[in-house]
Amino acid sequence: MRIFHSLALAVASVLALAGSARAADLRPQSKLLLTGGVSNVEGAGGGGLASWATTTGYGAAQGVGANLHATGAKLDDYELRSWGAAAGLFDRVEVSYARQAFDTGKTGALLGIGKGFTFHQDIWGAKAVLVGDAIYDQDRLLPQIAVGVQHKNNDRDGLVAALGARSDKGTDYYLAATELLLAQSLLINGTVRSTAANQFGLLGFGGPNGGRSTQVEGSVAWLASKRLAFGAEYRSKPDNLAFARENDAVDVFAAYALNKNLSVTAAYVDLGDIATFKNQRGLYLSLQAGF
Amino acid sequence: MKTALALGVLTVAVAAMTHRVAAQTPAPAPAWAVPGEEVVDPYAVSDANAGATPLADRAVFEAFHGKAGIDRIIDDLVDRSFTDPRTKDIFVAFDRVRIKRTLSEQVCHVLGGGCAYTGRDMAAAHKDMGLVGSDMNALVENLQLAMDREGVPFGAQNRLLAKLAPMKREMSTR
Repeated sequence: MRIFHSLALAVASVLALAGSARAADLRPQSKLLLTGGVSNVEGAGGGGLASWATTTGYGAAQGVGANLHATGAKLDDYELRSWGAAAGLFDRVEVSYARQAFDTGKTGALLGIGKGFTFHQDIWGAKAVLVGDAIYDQDRLLPQIAVGVQHKNNDRDGLVAALGARSDKGTDYYLAATELLLAQSLLINGTVRSTAANQFGLLGFGGPNGGRSTQVEGSVAWLASKRLAFGAEYRSKPDNLAFARENDAVDVFAAYALNKNLSVTAAYVDLGDIATFKNQRGLYLSLQAGF
Repeated sequence: MKTALALGVLTVAVAAMTHRVAAQTPAPAPAWAVPGEEVVDPYAVSDANAGATPLADRAVFEAFHGKAGIDRIIDDLVDRSFTDPRTKDIFVAFDRVRIKRTLSEQVCHVLGGGCAYTGRDMAAAHKDMGLVGSDMNALVENLQLAMDREGVPFGAQNRLLAKLAPMKREMSTR
């Protein structure tokens, strides 16, 4: 996919940034491998579908980290692509941007919106850690807890209105709790999200069946080694539109960190029915490069 | 007579000097110290200083290849940390012989290997060092490399790290 080519070009500039961070004594790359999670579908640090309470990148409390990601998911009748950038500051704050493209491909013609019709969405995110240390607080039950916000803006205002969405813009708020059970080599995350987004916002926000609602996300990951984690995720979604049913999403994933500059996530994802097309499943591949 | 007096004065002087020298000599090294170790100010020795209770599961200690395996891991960890650019300025302040012994005792104790821990507690041992989170992470990475080299399975490594992790609060300022 073309998106991965552009990523390769961007990697060089990110590594140059890492050099500047080192020169400024911001102690880059001082976090442990994979402990910032990977770039999720909305550009936040987390798993594939869920946003976690950890901050992205490899900057510890004295440093900054940043990364770029490119993600592609080939579903049965659609293709989802995303690229974005994110930074973690002092292990406390995360800021992120992602641009998603939802390509209807041949299905676009069947839906009457034209072959290859593509929805785009910009997602601006921020996250702040409130309490806890998922890595070091191994003797405490209290997980690491963060609050986050994601402002989403869809570029197909007219069409999402025609589909019944109340808005082409929306803001998600979430509270995430992440706990690393080191003795068991397990990571557990639970997230509660307030959202009106239809299919993550790609089909607009709200609709005849409702507006904002509370949804949940859960992730479990088993750490097989320092570099490799296997996991499964669940994410509930609203069902606001009348013309098509929306289902919850699940995935199983493997994340591999080659080093602190490059990681690959491969997943099998099931997003359920999308715009009347049933059981949208497929392979999800994401590359993340940063420091 | 003069000679006897001179001898007497000399004896007294020597005795006084010897006494002063004896007063200046530090207490003899405790029984657990190994040759080449610097003597430190006295402190109350207790297994509680290890900062964690021993694991009941003996399998982890065996996965570390017992005390001999732990000795090799700590040897490697400390040598790495003395040369690692991220940690060498911290470790230069330590007595290498003593820190190897006390760390090895601590890990053996925490893994339920039955060793007594004779070192200081974590707060006292790292007082005024100004350690921060990234220093801890560098140390953990070096420990992981040393455990990898010993062939300790990842799950067993994490059992130890889970015991050591909370000590960060006593060891670092941030």
